[in-house]
Amino acid sequence: MSDSKAIFLKDAAVNAADGDQRAFIRKALGGYYTNRDLQKARYRDWERARDAASLAKWSAVNDLANVLEKFTANFERNGGVVHWARDAAEARAIILKIAEDAKAKAIVKSKCMTSEEIHLNDALEKAGYGVVESDLGEFIQQLRGEAPYHFVFPCMHVKREAISELFTKHLGTAPTDSPEELTMIARRHLRQLYVDADIGITGANFLVAETGQISITENEGNARLTAALPRIHIALSGIEKVVNKLDDLSVLLPMLATAGAGQPMTCYNTLYSGPRKKGECDGPEEFHIVLLDNARTRLLADPEQRDALHCIRCGACLNVCPIFKNIGGLAYGTTYQGPIGSVITPHLRGLKQWNHLSGASSLCGACTDACPVRIDLHHHLLHNRRNAAKESPTLFDRVFHHGFNFVIKRPWLFATGGRIFRATLPLLQKLPLPYMGAGMKTRDLPKAPSQSFRDQWKHQNV
Amino acid sequence: MSDARSDIFARIREALKVKAPKPHLKTDANPGKTSEVAKPWLPDGGETADASLAILSEQLAKLKAVLIRVPDQAAAVKAVAELASSKNWKKVAYHGHDLLRPVASGLSCETWEADATFDKQRLEGCDAGITTCESIVAQLGAILVSSATSGGRALSVLPHVHVVVAEASQVVPDLGSALALAKARHGDQMPSMLSFITGPSRTGDIERILVLGAHGPKELYLVLVG
Amino acid sequence: MRVSLFVPCFVDQLTPKVGLATAKVLKRLGHEVEFRSAQTCCGQPSFNSGQWDVAREAAIRALEVFRGAEVVVGPSGSCVAMMRNFYPELLKGTPHAAEADDLAARTFEFSEFLVKKLGVTDVGAKFAKKVTYHDGCHALRELRLKEEPRQLLRAVKGLELIETDEGDTCCGFGGLFSAKFPMISTAMVQVKGGALARTGADFVVSSDPSCLLQIGGWLSREGKPILPLHIAEVLANDA
Repeated sequence: MSDSKAIFLKDAAVNAADGDQRAFIRKALGGYYTNRDLQKARYRDWERARDAASLAKWSAVNDLANVLEKFTANFERNGGVVHWARDAAEARAIILKIAEDAKAKAIVKSKCMTSEEIHLNDALEKAGYGVVESDLGEFIQQLRGEAPYHFVFPCMHVKREAISELFTKHLGTAPTDSPEELTMIARRHLRQLYVDADIGITGANFLVAETGQISITENEGNARLTAALPRIHIALSGIEKVVNKLDDLSVLLPMLATAGAGQPMTCYNTLYSGPRKKGECDGPEEFHIVLLDNARTRLLADPEQRDALHCIRCGACLNVCPIFKNIGGLAYGTTYQGPIGSVITPHLRGLKQWNHLSGASSLCGACTDACPVRIDLHHHLLHNRRNAAKESPTLFDRVFHHGFNFVIKRPWLFATGGRIFRATLPLLQKLPLPYMGAGMKTRDLPKAPSQSFRDQWKHQNV
Repeated sequence: MSDARSDIFARIREALKVKAPKPHLKTDANPGKTSEVAKPWLPDGGETADASLAILSEQLAKLKAVLIRVPDQAAAVKAVAELASSKNWKKVAYHGHDLLRPVASGLSCETWEADATFDKQRLEGCDAGITTCESIVAQLGAILVSSATSGGRALSVLPHVHVVVAEASQVVPDLGSALALAKARHGDQMPSMLSFITGPSRTGDIERILVLGAHGPKELYLVLVG
Repeated sequence: MRVSLFVPCFVDQLTPKVGLATAKVLKRLGHEVEFRSAQTCCGQPSFNSGQWDVAREAAIRALEVFRGAEVVVGPSGSCVAMMRNFYPELLKGTPHAAEADDLAARTFEFSEFLVKKLGVTDVGAKFAKKVTYHDGCHALRELRLKEEPRQLLRAVKGLELIETDEGDTCCGFGGLFSAKFPMISTAMVQVKGGALARTGADFVVSSDPSCLLQIGGWLSREGKPILPLHIAEVLANDA
């Protein structure tokens, strides 16, 4: 068993048994469902809008080289600097070099999952920079010393009392149980940090090839401030975020907000095309973009699952996933939690170590229905299972399934085996058999009938 | 060692040698102009100016943004002045624009043309920022500001209150129209920042409970002239 | 019409009454019903476990078993989805591809067959009980059946249908998933089973007997006063 699987099994078991925490998560998502449905109802045809969103991403991903070339040419024409990183280490090195050249001291970040993916904060802190996450949820998780729980709602599992204690401990503020007051504490604390920071680091939700702009989606205004006040703006983005046309955003931005947060649009959807231009009064002097591969091209090379690169990181698949809701986001041990994380992590970080996430699904398909860009999520979990069985078969699985197959390809053996199975079921339930023992721990089996269907059918129809 | 850029492009070209099928679609949507193809499927932005205004007003109310409709420029000046005195603003920053200078002159508190002499510390201390905008999207209740036409990047987000003064003719039905308009207006000289503002800044990060004014403005007013 | 029954392996062994009820309803509607006893398991456990080579053998056997059948009807959304959607995927690019597509087109889930193929909603059943309906995920999302079973239930004399919150939530069965990840599977059935029990219904009805094993097993262990019942058993009841 891989380490990551052992940790997963342990954490998932603990969390799945924590009824209070599970109820807290379900309650927190309640408002999301209501608002999402209200917003979806405003679409004159949500299903067809999903088609349009899916096609916009499909056409860019399947022409990635050309679209990226166009994006970077336009980005440079606008006065930005493009950097390429094959992997996480290269991306960290590029950002460290920019900070060093700028003689920076303080860095403010807005929410960027790609930076979590490359463990950027650790690297910057080790190099002696002060790094502050400015998104409220990320700020709270940074103070807690914990990874984001959900890649859109980073601290949705933390109760207000815990946040109040955290702020008292780190910021010296008086305890309060009001989410509003807690938000204002963070607001006051972070404002001066934006003003003082030398570098602002953001992610990017979309890279627009046609215009060389990057698009950032947020609600709080922290990304706006991060890209407005510091002298240098660095955006870190996966290469798959590119879209062909500015016009594609007319579908993608509203759908991202509706699917992800139940909003018509998030509060701020901002397009940046370079550093401060001549005649503009503020904005950074330098604008860098770091374009990261980090095994995305490995996923690209799998045409069956290439659509996973359509992902716009809205988090809708997490919000509807019964696995996520019951085990929580931290148990995954991945940057990207939930169904999309279970699909892509084996490609990004190794199938052998991460295939258990694809196994940990009832394949209910709620994720696939929720995905605004129509990623075939739950079927890809099946594809990962198949690939893993082929790549690194386990002896137990081979024996079990071939044994089962040996029985079911012989109807007489199946019937005889079934008869024995039914007759000895009360006894079998007491034995520590693989699968059955675990299944029976919390659930009863129906009383076995004395005759199978095929026996009764034979008697009825002689 | 070959450079990262060529390596990544080589990987991409290699990966794309095998074609992927089109996604499973419910329709045979054509990859034409996205906004035009998808227009009948997206939320309605109104077919006429009146319909758009009605949708805009409903959307803004839901977003907890305040719409103030006034007949003319003089009424706009008066409306903002009343707002300033009722909220007891002490310092107000504004974008140096012909539409806004009379508005600023009408205020009895300290006013400052923020884009003339930019100072982020001073701007942080302002109660309100007043800007114009590029366009207003009825469909979503979104206001498009830009670094070129709204006094830079920070004015519309750093002060605690944001006031937008705009002409009713700036209202467009949907997001696609606003993007097309920006492209037509600026061509390949886009302002370095274009931002769709959809209601006052907000967060739900604490127990998914909505709080306004996370980092940006807690209040958003749209004064619509005409 | 001559209907060939597709009886899932666990229905055969553990809940044969579901298969019998299915046949009874079809016969009552005037159809000829056959059971081809060479059938065993559709191969879904192996398919879902990634053992596609093993599952492919099961699929090819099923093609042989049902060769020539006019229509194949199964009282399980899950097993029918295996034949309808996943056999073609499994056998794509093999000499069996065409036959897999052909079988897929002739195979129906029980409630789907009644409503969509036969155009029948009232099968003349009586059942004076309060029931709530559980959508099996395969029926709901692979076969896109939501209204069909409800139309059938609403036409049953005396039956009161109550919807649950957590309506489209998975029960947590997922075949071997329920045994490989029992803690997650149990948490899921607590959510779903809890919602079903809160409706105050006498029975939880589903078109998926595998979900009913999971839900019924949990309800029984927890001593909840609501019993699992397959939709065919409800529709077979005419007294």
